[in-house]
Amino acid sequence: MNTLIDILIVAMLAIGCFFMLVGSLGLVKLGDFYKRLHGPTKASTLGVGCILLASIGAHALLGDGLDLRELLITAFLFITAPVSAQMMARAALAIRPQDRPDPPKHDTQPPRD
Amino acid sequence: MIATAVTLSMYAIALAMAMSLWRLLRGPTLPDRILALDTLSINTIALLVLYGIHARSSVYFEAALIIAMLSFVGTVALSKYVMRRDIVE
Repeated sequence: MNTLIDILIVAMLAIGCFFMLVGSLGLVKLGDFYKRLHGPTKASTLGVGCILLASIGAHALLGDGLDLRELLITAFLFITAPVSAQMMARAALAIRPQDRPDPPKHDTQPPRD
Repeated sequence: MIATAVTLSMYAIALAMAMSLWRLLRGPTLPDRILALDTLSINTIALLVLYGIHARSSVYFEAALIIAMLSFVGTVALSKYVMRRDIVE
């Protein structure tokens, strides 16, 4: 049973580190700011979430007791990550307003049949 | 097995921190630097949680929570400053 929990914790750590690395790699490699905004949001939700689940499991397994307070960080990041991403996108649009895409052209016409 | 995995994970997070630090120093525009700073603080949260497993202590959890809150406030304040040159309207 302990071996199974060990493997589960190590798998969670591997998944979390994979997403953190992919998020930072996307931050380095992608082409412009709006593309770069995609990467770190995955790191903040999936990466930190998986690492915190592994931390809960490891603390419970090593005999420090089950401590569910660590889920607070996950909940906080799930609430705040979209807000900060949207604020950063609005800041980028405020600096370069010419980046704003044109509205769709034939939006108000009735569809042809 | 968990100790080895935690050590390897700390190396991986350090690599991710180096990559976002590169974007923070390089970043062509100001929002790029704000995004890199936000990513750096998220990487710091993960590193602190991993160090908490490594040291078998739950003290570092509070530090990670405080870094999460402060980084959110900092990101919002920097973005609002870039947008309006004014943080509290």
